[in-house]
Amino acid sequence: MADHVSHTEGHTEHKLEIFRGLVKFKSNTQKIWGVLVFLSLITIVEVALGYIKPDVLNGTFLALKYLNWIFIILTLVKAYYITWDFMHMRDETSGLRRAVVWSAVFLIIYLMAILLVEGDYIYQVYRDAAVSTDF
Amino acid sequence: MDTTVAATGTEEEKWGGGTRPLNASYGKLMMWFFILSDALTFSGFLAAYGFSRFKFMEEWPLADEVFNHFPFLHGTDAPMFYVALMTFILIGSSVTMVLAVDAGHQMDRKKVAFYMLLTVIGGMVFVGSQAWEWKNFINGEYGAVKTKGGNILQFLDVETGKRVALEDFTQIGPRDVVPYGNSKGIWFESSGDYNATYTIEEVKNGFAANPNVTIRTQKIEVNPETGASEKVVLSRADALVKLNKEAVGVVEGANLSENEYGAPLFADFFFFITGFHGFHVFSGVVFNLLVFFNVLLGTYERRGSYEMVEKVGLYWHFVDLVWVFVFTFFYLV
Repeated sequence: MADHVSHTEGHTEHKLEIFRGLVKFKSNTQKIWGVLVFLSLITIVEVALGYIKPDVLNGTFLALKYLNWIFIILTLVKAYYITWDFMHMRDETSGLRRAVVWSAVFLIIYLMAILLVEGDYIYQVYRDAAVSTDF
Repeated sequence: MDTTVAATGTEEEKWGGGTRPLNASYGKLMMWFFILSDALTFSGFLAAYGFSRFKFMEEWPLADEVFNHFPFLHGTDAPMFYVALMTFILIGSSVTMVLAVDAGHQMDRKKVAFYMLLTVIGGMVFVGSQAWEWKNFINGEYGAVKTKGGNILQFLDVETGKRVALEDFTQIGPRDVVPYGNSKGIWFESSGDYNATYTIEEVKNGFAANPNVTIRTQKIEVNPETGASEKVVLSRADALVKLNKEAVGVVEGANLSENEYGAPLFADFFFFITGFHGFHVFSGVVFNLLVFFNVLLGTYERRGSYEMVEKVGLYWHFVDLVWVFVFTFFYLV
């Protein structure tokens, strides 16, 4: 490995704004703390919602409760900021970003969709079966 | 990709690996692709968990009843607070990691070492917390009864609706066989009914003698008023019939074949997924320690680059990333 090539040029330059430029930071360190605050806020909201479980959010959309949709969306938001700012995906080339993120996202959506539909189908078979599963 | 023809004299560097595709070094690129494949492994596990959960939609344990312990608050019902704390610990150690990477860019050896040390400590605290969580899960809290059909029956107070432990209404009767203990040196041998503290007959007798105890099945039904999911509670009369007709064994705590919280698959997935994640955290701590010692020894200072910190950092953040999903799908949803 040619280890003598300039390492320092790497990614010393960071993009310092998040929320599409809504929040700008002066230094990378400051941005790290800012992202931490944001991630902590999301986690607090998640735990609070999970503790209170407001009845308003018990309605369902696409076989999933609103509350669970909120949890999943907030999780994806957290995942985005961990990947983009802690793992510095924001500073990588778009080619690298797409190679990693698109592969994961499309394969996972495919896998999830197939398995969850199949699981639901088996649930219905059990439910409507002439044979009892509780004896 | 840059297609510019390199100037004379750089051919060797180009073909020797001097050109970086995607503007990332070989090591970082490979770490990203490893992370991608590992992410797909974890999503395979979580998708399998989702599959089983959809399959047993009406009988899956309610997570906030299973994970409701908090250190030093014995007996207090504190659903999810402990895992929330674990989440903060892991996010915190992610932050110290990224601060170490940042210090590495500034070639500040002391700062890198300090933040790496904090990261290692955070990782160790997390693994320890997970062990504590496992301990609570394995030991169980209330105990339950297993039916012929493999379902779990739990016990409730008729008036308060609160859970009742087996020990609150069951008396240990006379035994013709002395139970094996760990101290007898034959702990690995199954001793059938005497493995549990109580026999099923003792539980049945205790239940019959305590009119204020009833049974909750693992079936979930939706409360028509609030829309919340609740477990079905049987009337005292139904409970007596069900217990005497169907109960075949006592279940205390959780293992791979049965658990007092409900569907055995829940325990299997819990052990497997959090275990696999815990193993990642553990290996991450080991890598971080190695890098920490190398920082102290000045290895990267001499190499002129702290890129190795960046690479283990990527792995460490990935572990945090996986936890965010495990947290959601095991504890929240």
